[in-house]
Amino acid sequence: MDFSIIFGNLDIYLEGLKNTAILVSISLMIGLTLAIPLAVLRTSRNYLVAAPIRAFVYFFRGTPLLIQIFLIYYGLGQFEVFKASVLWPLFKEAYFCALLAFTLNTAAYTTEIIRGAIEGTPHGEVEAAKAAGMSKMLMFRRIILPSAFRRALPAYSNEIIFMLHGSSLASVITIIDITGAARIVNSRFYSPFEAFLTAAVFYLCITFAIIWLVNKLEFRWYAHLRPQDTGTADGGV
Amino acid sequence: MKKITTVVAVILSIMFIAGVAGAKDWKKVRFGVEGAYPPFSFTTPEGKLDGFDIDIAKALGKAMGVEIDLVAQDWDGIIPALLAKKYDAIIASMSITEDRKKKVAFTNKYYQTPAKFVCKKGAIKEFSKDAIKGKAVGVQRATIHDKYLTDNYGKDVNIKRYGTQDEAYLDMTAGRLDMLLADSVALSDGFLKKPEGQGFQFIGPDLTDEKWFGVGAGIACRKGDTDLVKQLNAAIDKIRADGTYKKIQDKYFDFNVYGE
Repeated sequence: MDFSIIFGNLDIYLEGLKNTAILVSISLMIGLTLAIPLAVLRTSRNYLVAAPIRAFVYFFRGTPLLIQIFLIYYGLGQFEVFKASVLWPLFKEAYFCALLAFTLNTAAYTTEIIRGAIEGTPHGEVEAAKAAGMSKMLMFRRIILPSAFRRALPAYSNEIIFMLHGSSLASVITIIDITGAARIVNSRFYSPFEAFLTAAVFYLCITFAIIWLVNKLEFRWYAHLRPQDTGTADGGV
Repeated sequence: MKKITTVVAVILSIMFIAGVAGAKDWKKVRFGVEGAYPPFSFTTPEGKLDGFDIDIAKALGKAMGVEIDLVAQDWDGIIPALLAKKYDAIIASMSITEDRKKKVAFTNKYYQTPAKFVCKKGAIKEFSKDAIKGKAVGVQRATIHDKYLTDNYGKDVNIKRYGTQDEAYLDMTAGRLDMLLADSVALSDGFLKKPEGQGFQFIGPDLTDEKWFGVGAGIACRKGDTDLVKQLNAAIDKIRADGTYKKIQDKYFDFNVYGE
């Protein structure tokens, strides 16, 4: 066991940390932005609207992330027509391919999480909104989505962590993320234990930060479920 | 209590004797191979391992009079898996370098070929450090080529590291790489002579600097298995002497792959 090689190569890990952070945060943000409208449309009774989304979700949940990355990165590069198209400069970059695969993957999972939460909305809340004369848009904005987000949060925090761990696959397409850094250090010093243990510590720290953030969010979002402080004059309901 | 101690002592001594006996008596040798490094080691469309390394492994097994087992293992885990006793020796075009000698014991070389760069035809007029500045260069991770490139051009070029040589070839044809650095024979037979390698060429000198490229490719064993190294060395000499080596060489190459 020789951890001096880790400290001597900490800059590789820090670059890896930067790349992992960028890849995961951007794909989660875009993925969530895509997933909200997709989830709303997915609950539509119109088959023509719901079916394509269903197919998209089925594909990205039904295939391993690694296969999706290989299809986008190596697969598309096989076609001359595609290489001549205006999209190629984007797809030429490993970074973009990874980002695209991660975004679509997390969008698919998040769509299902939010759809489940929307369908779990208590009928009473919807009826009350209808009785108050809300339009469909207003009802989604004020009643259904806020309460759906609350229900979706625990499942979504899982998705964030899965995405973080899934991002380690970026290292197979030449990107130096935390796992990629560990593989470089391992290959240079033949010390898999030190190299990958360090990567594990990095992932643990990020996961800890994510859990802390989600807990904070839960504390705020579930404020109405907490026992109220009745000690003050304006406390209580 | 005493009884238990005796039993434990007996079991331990049996295990010890068995372990020692097993180490001396090689009836079966398991070779770790790569299977993604044509023409030295590749997987046929039928899913069988084939190539120069594989044939050498089989010939060595015959020369030693032992049964052999081939275990395919990805390159960047190939030394750890040897140390973890997943197999007993590595025949995977592994160059004998000082760095690796710290972890494993090598036999004498069984072939030696220079390393070379490849670029798109006409893309680079004359090879120099300035001419390749900023280019994306593909290498296989954890190889001598990776180390050479990192040590000599780490700041000048954009190094892309791949798990297998085949993946680097894919990205070269896809246009994501400007150059490749690898063993010249692997590049020539595995890439340049193939349909997808048309339009690419060698560039720059033959690279043989012993500091990075070692003294040829050898078979790696665990450090404790000196007897296996000895037997393998004898087997290499034997197949060199009886013409088996030449037969295998001629199957894959039209030149002397053993080197000087």
